[in-house]
Amino acid sequence: MAQITLNVNSKSRMVDVDPTTPLLYVLRDDLELKGPRFGCGLSQCGACTVIIDGNTVRSCSYPVSSAKNKQITTLEGLGTVARPHVLQTAFIEEQAAQCGYCMNGMIMSAKVLLDKNPHPGDDDIKRALEGNLCRCGSHLRVVRAVKRAAGERV
Amino acid sequence: METSTISRRELLKGTGALVVSFSLFGPAARALAQAAAGGGEPEAASLDSWLAIAQDGTVTVFTSKVELGTGTETALAQIVAEELDVPFSRIHMEAGDTSKSVDQAVTAASRTIERAGPQLRQAAAVARRELLRLASERLNTPAEQLTVNDGVISAKGDAARKISYSDLLGDKRFNVKMETSGTGWDLKISPDVPVKNVNDYKIVGTSVKRTDLPGKFTGEFTYAQDVRVPGMLHGRVVRPAVVNSKPLSVDESSIKQIPGVVKVVQEGNFVGVVAQTEWAAIQAAKALKVTWSAPSTSLPATPEELYAYLKNTKSFNDQVTVNKGNAEASLSQTSKKYEATYRWPFQLHGMLAPSCAVADVRGDSVTVWSGTQGPFRTRKSLSDMLRIPEKNIRVIFREESGCYGRLSPDDAPLDAALLSRAVGKPVRVQWTRADEHGWEPKGPAQLITVRAGVDAQGTIVAWDYMERGFPWSESAGNPLLAARQIGMKSVSPGQSNGTAGGGEAYEFENQRIIAALIPWSQDTPTPLRTSNLRAPGDLARTFASETFLDEIAADLRVDPVQFRLRYLKNNKRVTEALVAATEKAQWKEHISHSAPSAGSKAMGRGVSVSGRDGTITAAVAEVEVDKSSGEVSVKRVTLAHDCGLIINPDGLRNQIEGNIIQGVSRTLLEEVRFDAKGVKNLDWVSYPIVTFRRVPDVQIVLLNRKEMPALGGGEPSTVPVPAAIANAVYDAIGIRLREVPITPQKVQASLRSKSPEQRA
Ligand code: FES
Ligand code: FES
Repeated sequence: MAQITLNVNSKSRMVDVDPTTPLLYVLRDDLELKGPRFGCGLSQCGACTVIIDGNTVRSCSYPVSSAKNKQITTLEGLGTVARPHVLQTAFIEEQAAQCGYCMNGMIMSAKVLLDKNPHPGDDDIKRALEGNLCRCGSHLRVVRAVKRAAGERV
Repeated sequence: METSTISRRELLKGTGALVVSFSLFGPAARALAQAAAGGGEPEAASLDSWLAIAQDGTVTVFTSKVELGTGTETALAQIVAEELDVPFSRIHMEAGDTSKSVDQAVTAASRTIERAGPQLRQAAAVARRELLRLASERLNTPAEQLTVNDGVISAKGDAARKISYSDLLGDKRFNVKMETSGTGWDLKISPDVPVKNVNDYKIVGTSVKRTDLPGKFTGEFTYAQDVRVPGMLHGRVVRPAVVNSKPLSVDESSIKQIPGVVKVVQEGNFVGVVAQTEWAAIQAAKALKVTWSAPSTSLPATPEELYAYLKNTKSFNDQVTVNKGNAEASLSQTSKKYEATYRWPFQLHGMLAPSCAVADVRGDSVTVWSGTQGPFRTRKSLSDMLRIPEKNIRVIFREESGCYGRLSPDDAPLDAALLSRAVGKPVRVQWTRADEHGWEPKGPAQLITVRAGVDAQGTIVAWDYMERGFPWSESAGNPLLAARQIGMKSVSPGQSNGTAGGGEAYEFENQRIIAALIPWSQDTPTPLRTSNLRAPGDLARTFASETFLDEIAADLRVDPVQFRLRYLKNNKRVTEALVAATEKAQWKEHISHSAPSAGSKAMGRGVSVSGRDGTITAAVAEVEVDKSSGEVSVKRVTLAHDCGLIINPDGLRNQIEGNIIQGVSRTLLEEVRFDAKGVKNLDWVSYPIVTFRRVPDVQIVLLNRKEMPALGGGEPSTVPVPAAIANAVYDAIGIRLREVPITPQKVQASLRSKSPEQRA
């Protein structure tokens, strides 16, 4: 066990965990966050995506010890139902989900995309999200939502 | 966190327990009116079992129908809001808690809107009538002279004389008995109580936004995977290759070095670990050395053996859907005969979130949280396994990811219960990706042969559809995985894999449609369990019958749409759907593959229709085939959909888009591979599904039939997709692929085996 200080959603949080623990389980079990989700634990689906220092990271395969001194953003760090982020509003407007389980990965990946490319075309969006699996088939709505968010960006 | 001990009584007392998910549902006070019933299980005949009106005007609806990601909760809330005349935003759904709802049977088979819709609508109509009666007394005005608007009853022509639902009955019980008959899907509630005229609908028929989505986009929503209970430990199961394997040895010293392991649990053939942290449980389950026995089997151990087994094994039940005229005799008389055989492999549900449940077993009382499609079914399977009476078991639904039938047989609660019982604490079990791919019950394989006879005029006079498929081993009261591992045996051969879809939409003079069930039981060692996968069996049935019809049309040199219309003469709804889809897709009449493109890439269009439990769909697929790589890309799918009265048009479109995309995935990519040691595709790399680059454009035509009841929209629109794609591939390259998935390898191989002139 080791005491590790993490910076999550702009707050400093201390955890006492086995340092080899993948970040996902620390976020979910120790910090009680529900945004990052477990889908495969194999870096294959994207459900666990978080943003670390501006890039998407699959937290299921990223040891918590590597996250020290880095800025971690989870879905909760974007917005809330009461005060949603522009991407979250766009996803609501487009009703871009069925079960929604994959949507953490979709929204977090879209956030990084829009930060780097504020006006992506359909193909840019599809390429950026290609590694995020959705079994329900919400893909078309997700593309529309990301486009809507890009259009509304200030 | 949730507490494991919340009961309706405690809700009443308002315990100080930390209950996040209840606060998501608003103040627990909303459940008060129902809770005031005190003890006992909700009875179908009591209106208070279904509806409660709170002081603040909230209307709580209690139902055992659950949200599976398809938007049914929102649609059911619309139905209640409409019938009760309250704003949609005041409806609060309390779904899937066995202690607070009546058993309406599993949420499955696209039957929720069709069956539970009327159940809730009738209860709402009874409630409205009762509220009017009470208001009539209070306002001293005959009920006929009262009107309702947004939950406020007022006298017609004197709006000042009014009273709200909450002033009449806030936090109080209705104490109204209703007439009921039947149970589960067939439960009927006061069917004679008059309901609103469809033409007066204001909420039903509109695209109300889903209530569950905002929280899913922000991380505030609580999935079953997020349930945390005080004192909860983490469990993982360790599975063998086949269910009947025995652990010959379990070497506990192999996990000595992992800190935080609480216990290795072994009960019969069931092995699991419990640990203080999730990471410790994961590592322990992985490291634990177990030597399993390798039982020999008579079931096919490879995909090659599979179709031979299907073909050669005696059926235990021939389900006859249609038997008109004499297909056999007619076939022997016609000079022109056609015959083709189609193969459909085992496929995965492939939930994005592997199964998860939390169980708290304390003596003879049990609380379970899971994403089960049937809270009461899960309660029964727990009761059977633990030998604890059902009344002592409470199952609380929390949504998991979309499951497409997978959580009809919900396994994880049983795992969690065995582990919890062994350690005397609440235990959360999260299946791994490999557990889920390997052990989820698969959509069964099918082998279908269709024969037809055509007379001198080019008319099909005989149609003979013969399917050989497997039942669902995980159904009809059969024990689930953990229960089998502790020694329980099958009680039935399993339920059939659906029965409709072998060309019964068409009228042929002589027609026979049979689905034969070939034995498939977990009592014989096999790694493949079977259950209902979205639109069970119907993708294969429609793939076979609609491809076959296309083959005949092409051979007789008739446009495939015109050919179908000939045999749909008396089937108005299918005809209209087909016409709507082809018009939208700007279908140009042509004989399939009559004008093949010479280039390296060929475009093609194919059509297909299907019916499922009254819902009609017709699809046109447009594909591009790369002749050198064999790659098929689906460019666009146009689909016309008729499910009677539409409750929520955008919700329905959402579902149809998803069904089309999943249909493309199942047609082009998906096949479970296995051998005697187990399933071989245990992750998403070895079992690929559709990703963004393969997603086609989608065009949808909704046919709203206000004169009809609302039918299911959950799954029917995935059914016509495979045949439409296969027919489009033929149109493009002149090759009939009769086995799914339609992979580049199969396309290439068929292209190579074609003669040079055919290859044009
Ligand atoms: S859970 Fe991390 S990629 Fe799937
Ligand atoms: S919405 Fe269900 S997995 Fe994407």
